[in-house]
Amino acid sequence: MDAGLFAQYVMNGLMLGMMYALVAVGFTLFFGVLDVIKFSHGDVLTVGAFTALATYAGMRALGINSDWLELVVMLVLATLAMAILGMAIARYFVMPLRSAPALNTLLITLMLGTVLRESVRLFYPQGANPKPFPALLPRTSFDLGDFNLRVDNVLMLVSGILIIVGIQYLLNRTKLGLAIRAVAQDEETARTMGVNFTAIVLVTFAIGSGLAAFAGVMNGLYYNEINFGIGLYLGVVGFSAAIIGGLGSIYGAILGGFLFAGLQTIGTVLLPFASAYKDVFAFAVVIAIMAWRPTGLIREKISERV
Amino acid sequence: MEKKELVKLWPALVALTIGAAYVTALLAAERQQMIITLLVLGIAAAVGAAWFGIWDAVSRSFSEHETSMGIFTLAATIAVAAYFHDNHFVLLLVITVLLYSVATLGLNVQFGYAGVLNFAGASFFGIGAYTSAVLNSQPGFPHLLVLLIGGFFAALAGSILLLPVLRTRGHYAAVVTIAFALLFKTFLEVNDVLGGPQGMQVKGMNILGWSFNDNIEIGGVSLSFYMNYFVLSLMLLACAFVLVRRLERSWIGLNLDALRLDETAASCFGIDIVRWKITAFLIGNFLIGIAGALFGMVGGFVAPNNYTFADSLILVSILLLGGIGNSWGLMVATIIVVVVPEKLQTIQEYRFLLYAAMVIAVLLFRPEGLLPRPVRQYFPGWRP
Repeated sequence: MDAGLFAQYVMNGLMLGMMYALVAVGFTLFFGVLDVIKFSHGDVLTVGAFTALATYAGMRALGINSDWLELVVMLVLATLAMAILGMAIARYFVMPLRSAPALNTLLITLMLGTVLRESVRLFYPQGANPKPFPALLPRTSFDLGDFNLRVDNVLMLVSGILIIVGIQYLLNRTKLGLAIRAVAQDEETARTMGVNFTAIVLVTFAIGSGLAAFAGVMNGLYYNEINFGIGLYLGVVGFSAAIIGGLGSIYGAILGGFLFAGLQTIGTVLLPFASAYKDVFAFAVVIAIMAWRPTGLIREKISERV
Repeated sequence: MEKKELVKLWPALVALTIGAAYVTALLAAERQQMIITLLVLGIAAAVGAAWFGIWDAVSRSFSEHETSMGIFTLAATIAVAAYFHDNHFVLLLVITVLLYSVATLGLNVQFGYAGVLNFAGASFFGIGAYTSAVLNSQPGFPHLLVLLIGGFFAALAGSILLLPVLRTRGHYAAVVTIAFALLFKTFLEVNDVLGGPQGMQVKGMNILGWSFNDNIEIGGVSLSFYMNYFVLSLMLLACAFVLVRRLERSWIGLNLDALRLDETAASCFGIDIVRWKITAFLIGNFLIGIAGALFGMVGGFVAPNNYTFADSLILVSILLLGGIGNSWGLMVATIIVVVVPEKLQTIQEYRFLLYAAMVIAVLLFRPEGLLPRPVRQYFPGWRP
């Protein structure tokens, strides 16, 4: 394989990895503070992407034509809206079931995801069909030999890295981050230290859901198309990415996201019939990973409290 | 023996008669207004019965006389089918209810008894259906055997998932089956051998030259060809029901309950967790696969879009509405979930949304389901 094609694959892998990592970080954050897996996370991403698309349509209707302005407003609106949605889900659906069996939390978030997904399909105009997503980033590209370096991809990658660095900073250097980590480590001790548990949980869900909205917009910009099912796919993949890295660890989630994208890219390159079976392969990898390391590469410490 | 007679049979019998009459009326109703009125009446009657404590009396008499009530239920089902003997559409609906009940009984063994999660029910149902699509086109292949093979293949596919399902727990196990459901549908869509997104035709059942797809004439009365399938489906459901109920009441069921409630405690008492999880998972998938194989023949057509993740979630919704672990309850829930959207055309498109919302409401306000599973009866007539 020549260097140009190789670079192309690496670039694709990095873009996929960035999206998976953003979703996986959300899963890890939720698991950290509440010890729950929120299965509606992927569908929040879908709703975020569609919110952005609706915002775009609205701004076009108002006669705003600046690509940058549109992009910024779309991102801000989608992120904020999903942050609020995430908080609402945590407040009214996840937290009331804290004392119920784990199965109930699982079912309620699964069904909530279905409600979100079906709402997009039924109530967004022609939501059942794939929708074109506007290419708002500059479309220029550089030819480096055989490798076509697209500026929009570079921009998305850089902004993704900035977001992740920002989250890192927030978690490790600010008081809010300290509170989140305290709650994740031990809820009761955190409470006795004066941490407002409910507020911290809600903020964490807001952050995670905002990240999902960002990933959703990024997904739309990268493929120039969104449909109501992307969230389900990205949710399952993002969850497995979070597991590969070990749930509860931010670095693990990021690592897992890129690792999964790497596996997927290698699979696409190596298997001759790959293009059609790309998603089948991805899900098979998910199942294989769960069989191989049920609680991630960095193993979760298991101790039964009886 | 004297004590047993204290609980009368008639409340359950009356309830069954009213229920059967109600379902018949609902199935016969054509106008949307009529159907809506009937549904509102039904809900009002159910709530009213619960308010006046009639429900308790009915369920007590039902559980006390379960065997005879089982036979009466069979008779009632046959009566409903006989009433619609020449109506293709209604009979198809009745058969759908019967076969979905078989599938949810299978899911009940996994979810309700052993606590093994399975969010790919529709996929295993689909495996059965595709098996019958492929095998029925082979000339000379005995079609009754196809049902068993369908179940067998579903169990086989399930056994591929065994390793990840056994090694993982709770949420993690859920992801394995969700990934399988998504994988299965994508695989069917890109695979050319099995018809791709368009799906395949399924040949009808044919036993020793007796084709199930021909209408029947008996003494001048013509019966819909679906009557053939109805009889077979009812037999299947009766067998599956007896099997599952026996399983629940036996020591195996006791083991499974222990396993679901506390794995650690169960293994401390010497229950082989892995063994019983495998048993429950495979029995469940086998039942789902058989139901799927017969359903494929009834419908005459299989396509990937009928076996999506959303359909799997519908099966789980049935289980939850009926009250996890309650075999009678889930049959009532199946009737509600299958019949209502078919009759009320306006909500057909919204059914996934509605059932998801309904399950959320059940989880928030009545987590044990509409008809909660009763406490295990260790001896006849015994009451905790």
